[in-house]
Amino acid sequence: MDIAIKDIIKKENLVYTKTKLMTDNVLSYCPGCGHGTAHRITMEVVDEKGIQEQTIGIAPVGCSVLAYEFMNIDMVQAAHGRAPAVATGIKRVMPEKYVFTYQGDGDLAAIGTSETIHACNRGENITIIFINNGIYGMTGGQMAPTTLAGMKTSTSPFGRDLHSMGNPLKITELVAQLPGTYYVTRQAVHTPAAVRKAKRAVRKAFELQAENKGVTFVEIVSNCNSGWKMPPVQANEWMEENMFPFYPLGDIKVDGELVKK
Amino acid sequence: MAKVRGAIVVDVEKCKGCGVCVPACPSNVIELNKEVNGKGYHYSFMARPEACTGCTNCAVVCPDGVITVYRIKIPS
Repeated sequence: MDIAIKDIIKKENLVYTKTKLMTDNVLSYCPGCGHGTAHRITMEVVDEKGIQEQTIGIAPVGCSVLAYEFMNIDMVQAAHGRAPAVATGIKRVMPEKYVFTYQGDGDLAAIGTSETIHACNRGENITIIFINNGIYGMTGGQMAPTTLAGMKTSTSPFGRDLHSMGNPLKITELVAQLPGTYYVTRQAVHTPAAVRKAKRAVRKAFELQAENKGVTFVEIVSNCNSGWKMPPVQANEWMEENMFPFYPLGDIKVDGELVKK
Repeated sequence: MAKVRGAIVVDVEKCKGCGVCVPACPSNVIELNKEVNGKGYHYSFMARPEACTGCTNCAVVCPDGVITVYRIKIPS
């Protein structure tokens, strides 16, 4: 016996819908951008833990500068790269709150390197969510510190030449060396399995923050299909083939100890 | 064995037609529509609704969170 679609689409059969902690504003991101998924899993964690009123987010400068328009929690928008400094201040004044920063690679690994490294070295009890797509997406796809060797961007049209342009920066491995970080991991959000794993990592980061263990750092390797000049699905495949060998997924530091590879 | 049937509802006007949900579907249910929405995007829809099991993979991976999933168990 078959069943009509309208009999399935009923309130009591609902299994998944967008969390109420994401506002109804249309996301300002390009089609297929991983930012939307990263926003949603963060808000799902906040929703499931029931900490909406105790959570303060810090939005960066970059594509996700308008994160406060989409996340239905208290948020501050910091000057370019200064999100960990602002988070430090908020967390020290209100140590009972959950404080997280949401930053891209241009914000965290370029202009904000100093704030990132010192906040991680001081071991502030904050969570840093770092979206790494290897390019400056917002300003038109220029080369970032995280741009891969040989990768074409609008400022390296023949590919990144390591001799003249320097090496790509693995900032996540760098902060994992610092004594102030407690949990450092690298995830992705391009497939359902990866999204579920990334969500578990964000949840763990928030739980460890409540135990005052130090900085919890979640990198999410994401796509930038506009900057990479590819359709979304192809950009995800390109990311698997090129980004993941250089930025391998998985935990880098767990319980304050580096994971041996 | 009880059969599981699912269905998705796409918020057509918010869908940006990125197509990330299409390869995420294990039952090959979703396709991008030939029609476009108000912004000119080919929004996703259930091309083979009878195969949907309501696994939520498409909704989990959707960057814009426009997919709502329903699931029902049909006793055999």
